[in-house]
Amino acid sequence: MNYIHHDTVVKRMSKRLLKNKIYKMLFLSATLLALLVLAVLGYRMIIQGTGYLNWDFFNNFSSRFPQNAGIKAALVGSIWLLAIVAPVSLILGVGAAVYLEEYAKKNRITTFIQMNISNLAGVPSIVFGLLGLTIFVRMLGMGKSVLAAGLTMSLLILPVIIVAAQEAIRAVPNELREASYGIGATKWQTILKVVLPSAIPGILTGGILALSRAIGETAPLVVIGIPVIIHFLPESIFSEFTALPMQIFDWAKRPQEEFQYVAAAGILVLMAVLVFMNSIAVIIRNKFSKRY
Amino acid sequence: MKNWKYFMMTSIVGSALILGACGNSNSESSKGSSTTSQTDAQAGENEKLEGKISGDGSSTVAPIMEAIVEEYSAVQPKVQVSVGVSGTGGGFEKFINGETDFSDASRPIKEEEAAKLKEKNIDYTELKIAFDGLSIVVNKENTWLKDATADEIKKIWLEDGKEKKWSDINPKWPNEKIVYYSPGTESGTYDYFVNDILEGKDIVKSATLSEDDNVLVKGVESDKNAIGYFGFAYYVANKDKLQVVKVDGVEPTHDTIESGEYTPLSRPLFVYVKNEAVKNNSVMYNFTEYMVKNAGPMAEAVGYVKAPEDVYKEDLAKVEKLKK
Repeated sequence: MNYIHHDTVVKRMSKRLLKNKIYKMLFLSATLLALLVLAVLGYRMIIQGTGYLNWDFFNNFSSRFPQNAGIKAALVGSIWLLAIVAPVSLILGVGAAVYLEEYAKKNRITTFIQMNISNLAGVPSIVFGLLGLTIFVRMLGMGKSVLAAGLTMSLLILPVIIVAAQEAIRAVPNELREASYGIGATKWQTILKVVLPSAIPGILTGGILALSRAIGETAPLVVIGIPVIIHFLPESIFSEFTALPMQIFDWAKRPQEEFQYVAAAGILVLMAVLVFMNSIAVIIRNKFSKRY
Repeated sequence: MKNWKYFMMTSIVGSALILGACGNSNSESSKGSSTTSQTDAQAGENEKLEGKISGDGSSTVAPIMEAIVEEYSAVQPKVQVSVGVSGTGGGFEKFINGETDFSDASRPIKEEEAAKLKEKNIDYTELKIAFDGLSIVVNKENTWLKDATADEIKKIWLEDGKEKKWSDINPKWPNEKIVYYSPGTESGTYDYFVNDILEGKDIVKSATLSEDDNVLVKGVESDKNAIGYFGFAYYVANKDKLQVVKVDGVEPTHDTIESGEYTPLSRPLFVYVKNEAVKNNSVMYNFTEYMVKNAGPMAEAVGYVKAPEDVYKEDLAKVEKLKK
């Protein structure tokens, strides 16, 4: 008896190969489309922006003359912002993740908390802005300071960091923990010396990606009312400041056409910062991630 | 392994320090609710002052403020002036909350805003710093609307429950749908247009509202049947892309706005200052004085029209009076 109908297979073969080819092209074009958009965006920004990218651009405050306008206040402001967001969000986020993964019992309350964290990750950033305005800026009287904006941004990216850190901690094999307990380590010792060191590449990768989101977010800053016309640098975390996306937004709204090019130059700086941060994340992942 | 331990330790210790610092300063900053910091030095003409001032408000006034702040920071480098751009309404909200020392506005203060300020015991002074002519613009290819009466403009922009075509306004005009572009509701430009031109009645619902005036420029530029309005500076910067509509035969130009001939769409631009701040904070006084003295040329430099000399004299007198 013949199990394979040779003729039928041959007959259908060309049809199947064609189908295969069509799907391949379809998915390839999906990939290319995404890349194309990025390429067009990058090309436009580079064409428009490079003319304004020079040393003065980094060393000047914004100005009414497009050729004198610089990004100093915004760039330094964004770095200050990061100096608040990074420690606050990483410590709170990793702490919460350690609790949820290592300490919390798996019961309804934990599930409920878990669900809410995932939901929070989907809340629009403008809502966090309103929260920050009410609590940090007004109730706690922090004003439009680096601190108030930094704490708001930390809240915004906290859910993302918690979820990323949880994933990383969950990926640490149980055998490692058991071995640690086996030689008499306590739970805290195990977490500190076994779990966290092996989870940290994953935590940092997720953390840095979340931080780069905080750098690029505009809506919460607009809601808080971060000033854009500012001709000084922050001196402490209570100083007022401005940030890269706010400055770009302001330039893009100006009437004079030249400011569109200044905005493009600002976008290039912002993109460079983001690419830099993301490549650190990639390096950490490739260099330190362990396979078990 | 060891490296990571160090990294963790430093990050934990470092953040503990930072968090500790946060704790301290919260209580500190909540003590003083005012945003102004005082300096003891009396304001002399050439004296170097030190202190902080913050303002917020209209995006229309923002270019003038930026020019003033830019020049002022060269004269008084140690004075930290920060100005936000939340729109006239947003600016007043912060002014009422006591968060700012001055508020930029592209329309006069509303009654309810004034009432709220009174409730909070915040006295303020209105300063006129420049003039703007709301410019009504249409697409380059628009051949029919060159000159409109104020009534026609009202008729075009009022909501009447129907979809409007050009031919509804004037039978000679094309039988095509009108496409509207208007500044957003947060902006004083919108408020001014609705209150003074439409007499408080609703603007057409189909209008595209945007806080970003360049969106309006692009919109009108790309649609033959579009109409829009915005500040004079945006028209001047996009003169070659758009066509301006004369109102009652008068085209908005530097001269017609300054002379007041371009009515009813000429409007003053304001800065509202907190009396207490001008009186008690010598930095604020110095800045306000500088602002009034330089507002004219700065306004001209960024595309607006200076107010008549008398207006600035009046403003200056008001400021001097506050100081006494």
